[in-house]
Amino acid sequence: MSTSLSGPEPATQAPGREPVRSGLPRTSRDARNHAPITATGLIVKVVLLGLVAGIAIWAAFPLVEAGMWIGLAILAVTTAGLFYLYLTRRHIPAKYLVPGTLFLIAFQVFPVLYTASTAFTNFGDGHRGSKDDAIVAIQTSSVKQVPGSTEYALSIATKGDPTTGPLVFLVTDPKTGEVSAGDAGGLRKLDAAEVTVSPTGKVTAANGYTILNFGQASGRSPEITNLVVPTPGGALRSNGLSRAYEGKAVRAYDAGCDCVKDSETGKTWTADEATGSFVAADGERLAQGWKVNVGVQNFSRVLTDPDISGPFFGTLVWNFAFAIGSTGLTFLLGMAIALALHSPRMKGTNLYRVLLILPYAMPSFAMLLVWRDMFNSDFGLVNSLFGLHVDWFGEAWSARSAVLLVQLWLGYPYMFLVATGALQAIPRELTEATSVDGASPWQSFKSVTLPLLLVALSPLLIASFAYNFNNINAIWLTTEGGPFAPDNPTNGATDLLITYTYRLAFGAQGAEFGMAATVSIFIFAIVATVSAISFSRTRRQEDVYS
Amino acid sequence: MTTYADAPVANRNATGKARSRWFAQVGWRHLVGVLAVAFSVFPILFVLSAALNPLGTLSSTELLPTGASVENFTNLFSRTAFVHWFLNSLLLAGVASFVSIFLSALAAYAFSRMRFVGRRVGLLTLLLIQMFPQFLAIVAIFLIFTTVTDLWPAIGFNTPWGLFLLYMGGALGANTWLMKGFFDTLPKELDESATMDGATHAQVFFRIMLPLVAPILAVTGLLAFIGSINEFIIANVFLTNTESKTLAVGMFGLVAGERNNNFGMFAAGTLLTAIPTVLVFQLLQRYIVSGLTAGAVKG
Repeated sequence: MSTSLSGPEPATQAPGREPVRSGLPRTSRDARNHAPITATGLIVKVVLLGLVAGIAIWAAFPLVEAGMWIGLAILAVTTAGLFYLYLTRRHIPAKYLVPGTLFLIAFQVFPVLYTASTAFTNFGDGHRGSKDDAIVAIQTSSVKQVPGSTEYALSIATKGDPTTGPLVFLVTDPKTGEVSAGDAGGLRKLDAAEVTVSPTGKVTAANGYTILNFGQASGRSPEITNLVVPTPGGALRSNGLSRAYEGKAVRAYDAGCDCVKDSETGKTWTADEATGSFVAADGERLAQGWKVNVGVQNFSRVLTDPDISGPFFGTLVWNFAFAIGSTGLTFLLGMAIALALHSPRMKGTNLYRVLLILPYAMPSFAMLLVWRDMFNSDFGLVNSLFGLHVDWFGEAWSARSAVLLVQLWLGYPYMFLVATGALQAIPRELTEATSVDGASPWQSFKSVTLPLLLVALSPLLIASFAYNFNNINAIWLTTEGGPFAPDNPTNGATDLLITYTYRLAFGAQGAEFGMAATVSIFIFAIVATVSAISFSRTRRQEDVYS
Repeated sequence: MTTYADAPVANRNATGKARSRWFAQVGWRHLVGVLAVAFSVFPILFVLSAALNPLGTLSSTELLPTGASVENFTNLFSRTAFVHWFLNSLLLAGVASFVSIFLSALAAYAFSRMRFVGRRVGLLTLLLIQMFPQFLAIVAIFLIFTTVTDLWPAIGFNTPWGLFLLYMGGALGANTWLMKGFFDTLPKELDESATMDGATHAQVFFRIMLPLVAPILAVTGLLAFIGSINEFIIANVFLTNTESKTLAVGMFGLVAGERNNNFGMFAAGTLLTAIPTVLVFQLLQRYIVSGLTAGAVKG
């Protein structure tokens, strides 16, 4: 980077900065007559700081109640810092930077760091919690009904909405008639006064619970089957919709050998701390593992595992093509039209402008779905309008062209808008001077208008590139990354790295958050490098033309 | 466009000459304008046609309207919580765009006009942070907001305020650079002379800089507004109650299952969603069209 960006420059060049560090004693305040305290400023300041204090107090109570002292300390320090910053007359740049920076740190930097830390773990399906969680999960899922286990009458209830609320088992002990409520957290007894039990032993009403009727319960039967209520001797599971049994765990953890033993088959799975799972001698792994640090293993897999690295680099190349194509095409078309309409002799430019930017006014998420349907091979508008029979999203190159066309339609009004704005900021005297000097329109455009446009719009083009590099909506709402080659279901022809990552994290094949975080760090590194290069070029350009 | 400008000039008679000169100087501009408008408008025409289509299916919709039925609109209001979605989106996008523009204008002013330790690092950091898409951290965000919902339900899941706070996290990165660029184009002499005349840094910012960049504030505000209306991925995680959804989440659900049959309703909703953005654009049109720093240069 050039040095013009950086560092403290003489205070004479910084109009917003008071000469606080000039070495004058505090009594010199009266001499600084160029920065008086105005009444309006004071009132605004008092009101805003009062608001900050109010919010801080409101936020403090739940923190105290929950005993989250670190959170409370952060809150107190932040509030005190804000008060100091806006009551002191120093640190003027910070007064302008801090409001946005606070949000940036809390809701952008912190989640990003959190994500980065998961890139070095195997966090994902089967590796979500601690080792103890995994052991509990293994034991409860191995519960089997054994001869002589107790059968309970079962009612299925919830505290929330009957179709979505978390499920609770209400069971009646056949011997004692006691009613208990159970969920994944365990079983606890209910007061007999609070429940109504039918003669068959089934609970028909309970204070605070909604009992699901048969239709509602059968609609959620997979959830009911999967609900396991841990009990001291094993666990409680449903058997149909009206009976439950208390079974015994077949598999148990033995701390002595740090392994899980199956009491029926005698097989043992030994804990492997490196991969965070229990592995048997024959290599079989239990599905429930725990989260461990795997170091740079995820990164080396992306670079060296041929199953991942090959498609990864293919996706990377298309990702660049997509981002450059989207940005370049929209900029060229937008600028060309802006130039065409930017003329003092032009009438009706307002009408053109209003109609032109309509794609921008339309909600893009909806228009992406509309475009997908327009490219539909059976009854889409594009095929029927031109009498074609192209399966647009079925072939790699037609899908790519279609996606780029959609991007062009969505993006060029924006480029048109900003190019028009930048063109209006260029003094007309400059272009007039070139034409007086005998330059052709093309020469004048090439040596005056374009460089000035680029100075104004470069940061915007870089931002547009970065945005399109990760434009998940553009792909996810149209092709969903497809078409997929038959031998490779994880990378489609129009997949961006981000949609590939999204599929890794939230796809049907199971969540791999650790791997997804790794790929997102690669994305970050790539975009950051490209942007840093173009950024430094922009600086140089600005030095030349300013 | 230069090919048009260099087109051979017909010289058979005076009228032809005048006409082709008109074409070379102005006419081709209209041709470009008309073609661009056609490209812009035809998918919207298709949406309009689908919204008015009495059958309400995708397969029966053509480019030009085949009927004029309001059935899709009445269905949209009676069968879905469209009104809730609409108001949620309007509130969220309105507040979020206004506040985020203000926050980034503050930061842009500091970066453009002041010199301080960490300025260069700050600018670079902003650029880098913005390269990391916020939604990629969605797992972390989800876990963070699970805690937030426990502590302060008013700013947790299923409220517009939680989403608002999250969007503010991206405010600085998104617009500061753009606005700094436009602050940089304002002559420094303006605020220097104001400072000499006794203005405080706050007065320079609110009375001189902000009015001068009002056009670009309007443009970026509009972009932020449209961006919030269209945000789908994060809102989809945050808003699960039918009545707390935004337009993007609600309408996506409308065509997620039955795309062909609900297409008419979906198109009707798309048109209604476009109304606030088109309105905002029309209101700000004056600022967008007027010269960015015209007054400043002459003053």
